[in-house]
Amino acid sequence: MLAVDGLRHAYGADLVLALPQWHAEAGEHWLVHGPSGCGKTTLLHIVAGLLTPSAGEVSLDDQAYGALSAAGLDRFRGRHVGIVFQRLHLVDALTVRQNLSLARSLAGLPADEARLRHLLDRLGLGDKADAYPHALSHGQGQRVALARGLINRPALLLADEPTANLDDGNAARALALLREQATAEGSILVVASHDSRIEAAFDRRLALGGGS
Amino acid sequence: MNALSLSLAYLRRRPLNTALNLALLALGVGTISLLLLFSEQLEDHLVRDARGIDMVVGAKGSPLQLILSSVFHVDIPTGNVRIADARTLTQSRMVEAVIPMALGDSFRGYRIVGTEATYPAHFDAELAAGAWWQAPLEATIGARVAAEVGMGVGDQFAGAHGLSSGGGAGHEATPYRVVGVMAPTGTVLDRLILTSIESVWEVHAVHEEEHEEEHAEEHTEEHAIGNVLMEADPERQVTALLVRFRSPIAAAQLPRLINMTTPMQAALPAYEMARMMKLIGAGIDGFRAFALVLVVSAGLGIFAALSGALAQRRYDIAVMRSLGATRGVVLRQILLEGLLLASAGAVLGLVFGHGVAAAAGDWLWREHQLHLSGLTWVAGEAWLVALALALGLVAAALPAFAAYRIDVSQVLARGSG
Repeated sequence: MLAVDGLRHAYGADLVLALPQWHAEAGEHWLVHGPSGCGKTTLLHIVAGLLTPSAGEVSLDDQAYGALSAAGLDRFRGRHVGIVFQRLHLVDALTVRQNLSLARSLAGLPADEARLRHLLDRLGLGDKADAYPHALSHGQGQRVALARGLINRPALLLADEPTANLDDGNAARALALLREQATAEGSILVVASHDSRIEAAFDRRLALGGGS
Repeated sequence: MNALSLSLAYLRRRPLNTALNLALLALGVGTISLLLLFSEQLEDHLVRDARGIDMVVGAKGSPLQLILSSVFHVDIPTGNVRIADARTLTQSRMVEAVIPMALGDSFRGYRIVGTEATYPAHFDAELAAGAWWQAPLEATIGARVAAEVGMGVGDQFAGAHGLSSGGGAGHEATPYRVVGVMAPTGTVLDRLILTSIESVWEVHAVHEEEHEEEHAEEHTEEHAIGNVLMEADPERQVTALLVRFRSPIAAAQLPRLINMTTPMQAALPAYEMARMMKLIGAGIDGFRAFALVLVVSAGLGIFAALSGALAQRRYDIAVMRSLGATRGVVLRQILLEGLLLASAGAVLGLVFGHGVAAAAGDWLWREHQLHLSGLTWVAGEAWLVALALALGLVAAALPAFAAYRIDVSQVLARGSG
C-alpha cells in the first residue's frame, strides 16, 4: 500500500504541491492528472523517493521513506519502485539485455536471466535482447523501458506522461500495455498525465489543481 | 552487468577520445620507464664493473679518463707508468691488493688486456672452455667476445692499436692464440681479451727499441703468471693499477699522497662514477621532466574526457539513481573509469618502454657498448604505476564528485538534462 499524508512541497517560497492524504492499495491503477505545472511530476518523484518533500510522510508497504537514510532510500527504490519515463532514458552504451541487467544490479539484486527472457518475450522483444537502444523503434524502446521498470517486480510502478507525443492508436496501445503488465505483476500503477484522452480509462483519479 | 562492464561500455562508446588519452599516458609512462631502465641498468653495470676496486692508479691526466679506460674499458688510457713507481705502491701498508694491467691494443673493438690471474679472479670468473693463459701470446677471451667474433680455443688473431674496431696499425707478426674462453660474468670481463702483461710487452717490443728484446723474452719465460710488479724490470711500463684498500681510511690519504709525491695519478672510481652519473643524470632529468609533462597532460585529458562525458551522462546517471544506485555507487563508477584509463595507459606504457628498451638494447650495445635490457623490472616502475593510477583517480575525482551531487529529480524533470 502506498500512503501519502500531509504532503506539501515548495521550491523556495513557491508551494507547488499540497496533498493532505492519498492511499493506493496493491493492484489499484491510478491516474494523476491536471494541467501542466500542477505538480504531477513532483508528486511522482516524491513517491518514487527521488525527491524529499518539504513536509509530510510517504510510505510504501509500511516502509516510511523518512525513516530511511539517503542510500537506504536509493536501495529501497531500486527494489520496490519501477519508473517508466516519458523519454525512455535507456542507457545508450548498453544493449537491451544489459539495460535490464543494470536495473537488477543497481538494485543489488542477483541477475535473473529467466525473468529477463520472460519479460522480453511477454513484451514481444524476444529477438531484441542484444540490440542497442538506437536500433529500436520508438514503440520497441517504450516496451524496453517498461520491461526495465518491471524487472524487479516493483510494488509500485510509476509512469510519467506515457502517452505524450503518441497518436491515438499508439497512445491506447501503450496504456493498455502498461495496465496489463502492472496487473500481471500485481503492482500499484500510478500514471501521471495531462492527456485527456486517457482519463476515461481510469476509475481512480487524483486531480491536482496546480500551485495554490 | 557490474560496475566494471558498465565503465568499459562507456569507454568503448567514445573510442577516439579513449584511445587518445591512452596513447598520451602510455607515451609518458613509457618514456619514464625507459629512462628508469636505462639509468638503473647503466648504474647497475657501472657498479658491478667497479665492484671491489677502491682506487685506480695510472699516468697523470684526466681522472675520469683513467677510470673509463682501465675499469670500464671504454676510453683510451692516459699513458703508462714505470714499474719502479708502481712497485712502491704494493709496499704500502694501506694496500691490500694490486692488479696491474697493460693496455693499448684491441681486436675488432674488444680490448686486449695484459694482466695477471688476479684480475679474472676478482670477478670470480670461471672458464667455459680451455685454460687460463700461461705462455706468452696465449689469450683467454670473454664470453661476449667469443660469441660475437665467433672465436674459440685454438683460433689465432692479431691485435691492433687503439680501441676502434676498424683502423689502427696491426701486429700481424705476433698473433695471439686463444687457449680459453670464460663463462659469462655479466661484467666488463665478458668483452675483454685477457693475456699476460709480458705478452703485451712482447707484441710491442718491435716498436720499443729502447728495450733489449732478449731481456723481455727472458722475463716472460720465467714469470708467465708471476708477480710482474715485484719481479719485472723496473724500467718497464704498465698502464694502470687497480687497487683494493686494506681499510677505508686509505681513501682519504693514499690518493693525495700518490698525486703529490709520485709521477702517477690516483683516482677513486666511486667518486668519478658519482660525477659521471651526475652529468648523465642532468640529461636524464630533462627527459624525465618532459615525460612527466606528457603524463600530466594525459591526466588533464582524462579529466576533460570524463568532465565532457559527464555533461552527456547527467541523464544516464539520474536514471541509474532512479533505478536504485546510491550516490556512492555513482561516485565509484566515475572513479573506476578514471582508474581503468590510467591502468590501461600504465600497462601500455610499460609494454612500450620495455619494448623500446629491448629494441634499442642491441643497437646501444653495438654502437656504444652500453647495456640495456627490456626484460628486467626496476623498482622505480612500481612508483610509476602508482603515480599513473593516482593521476587517474585525481583526474576523475572532480567529475565523480559532480556526478555524486547530481539532483536526480531536477535532471529527470527537466527532460533531456
